[in-house]
Amino acid sequence: MALLPVYLPLAETAIDGLMLVAIGAGVGLMSGMFGVGGGFLITPMLIFLGVPPPIAAATGANTVVASSAAGAIAHWRRGTLDLKMGVLLVGGGFAGSGASVWVFGWLTRLGQIDLVVALCYVLLLGGVGILMFAESLRAMLAPSAKAGPAKAASGKTALSKPRGRWLRGLPWQMQFPKSGIETSVLAPLLLGIFIGVLTGLMGVGGGFLLVPAMIYLLAMPTSVVVGTSLFQIVFVSANVTFLQAVSHQTVDIVLAGLLIAGSVVAAPLGARLGAKLGAARLRVLLALLVLAVAGQLGYGLVERPDDLYSIRFDLAPPPQGETP
Amino acid sequence: MRAFLALLALLAFMPTAKAQPLVADLSSHLIAITTGFAGTELLLFGATEGEGDVVVIVRGPDSETSVRRKARVAGLWINRDEMRFAGAPAFYRVAASKPLAEFVPPALRQRYQIGTEYLRLQAPADANPDEVAAFRAGLLRNKEAQALYDAEIGRVSFLGPRLFRTRIVFPANVPTGAYSVEVLLVRGGQVIGAQTTPMFVNKVGVGADIYDFAHDWAAIYGLLAVLIAVFAGWAAGAIFRK
Repeated sequence: MALLPVYLPLAETAIDGLMLVAIGAGVGLMSGMFGVGGGFLITPMLIFLGVPPPIAAATGANTVVASSAAGAIAHWRRGTLDLKMGVLLVGGGFAGSGASVWVFGWLTRLGQIDLVVALCYVLLLGGVGILMFAESLRAMLAPSAKAGPAKAASGKTALSKPRGRWLRGLPWQMQFPKSGIETSVLAPLLLGIFIGVLTGLMGVGGGFLLVPAMIYLLAMPTSVVVGTSLFQIVFVSANVTFLQAVSHQTVDIVLAGLLIAGSVVAAPLGARLGAKLGAARLRVLLALLVLAVAGQLGYGLVERPDDLYSIRFDLAPPPQGETP
Repeated sequence: MRAFLALLALLAFMPTAKAQPLVADLSSHLIAITTGFAGTELLLFGATEGEGDVVVIVRGPDSETSVRRKARVAGLWINRDEMRFAGAPAFYRVAASKPLAEFVPPALRQRYQIGTEYLRLQAPADANPDEVAAFRAGLLRNKEAQALYDAEIGRVSFLGPRLFRTRIVFPANVPTGAYSVEVLLVRGGQVIGAQTTPMFVNKVGVGADIYDFAHDWAAIYGLLAVLIAVFAGWAAGAIFRK
């Protein structure tokens, strides 16, 4: 059945290596195209294949480092990465993930942390998805978008109604020549902190929230947003990988290696494909993807599970038996 | 197979074989998990003296196991209650030469923990018995779904009146640790011979080295994992550049 079974030393099970490479490729393609990490896809797939959930999540983060790095580098070469903006977002992101530990403790004391996190996630994704879908559909149908794929690909199509003027109007205005905008330094910092807190709480890279936030709140052109988001995701997921490896030993390097092999090959192709598609269509597709994920997550919460009981994965497995 | 022949020779020339009603051995006492490991099977073989039927019980190392239950909170299914059991083996299989009901009385099944329903899983002392039963059933269901337990009784086949053998199948996700393989000879509802053979499941080779490295040098391992990923991303970008 399995063509090439490979034993994963930390996940402690064997999975078909070719299938892992294929999953990696699918995620890499999406990563390069939309500027999202793809952790939200890898983790459930690995769990479905029998990888214990904590190992699936941590190893997923490790894979995202590679796919987002490949994508970010491709965008950097193409000149569609705003380094200045990216550095500010990363700075805010690190502060935010630190703060998330505190927020996590606070929510745990209140009880129902699982419920709060799950609900937050679904509502945020659902809300963002609907807003994006409506906005991008309008932009695509508007006459300006019909000027041809060349113009759409340049990503300079202005949004009809950018939101978040208060955020951009905060003090310490700064020029971002790469994005061609002027905004407050505080805007990307605050956004980074917010995404960092959510990342820490929900264990996802946050690309899904970051991409629309940069488009609609910071009014950045879509083409620059993808590369810049990938840049931020490299650092966030590297941070998660390192912390998980140190505190729980849940990063399986063999599993990550196979997934990475597929994803790094596909990520530059995704970036190229994204550039061909053009900004407006890219936004519609991303909106649909966000909605699909929100819908799937929401359904998973509402639907009665097949088995209400589950075994909690033990982070400290029994020691190795002595060889006779 | 060589061990099997050696045992046959031993049985043939042993004048005091009557003193030992049961002898059994495994084709190997070590399952080595290498990079290509995708599950394996061991052969258990032996001989009995006189009438009787055979039960084989394979147990992995015991560990504390936490079972969680989802409950509906504001319309959503969320993990709510949890119960910890002690004494749950990581792996469990039973094989017998006849249907258990035909030759093993409940008292024996209880004493030797023959069959998942007789496993002694210890719940907290103050727990509600109905709750314990529900969580226990949940634990067994999940373990069976992971192929770590099997409610089905395997088959021990007799070759002639004295020699028996059975195959024990270990899936790819077999937990590591020290196992015990217990063989019982039952006659007239009584255990008249028993033998317990130790067995080990260990990671060997590169897989074992990676596992040890991840645990003993966690920070360096984490750093390496990140660096490899970044390098792979960069390298792919360089190769696939237009």
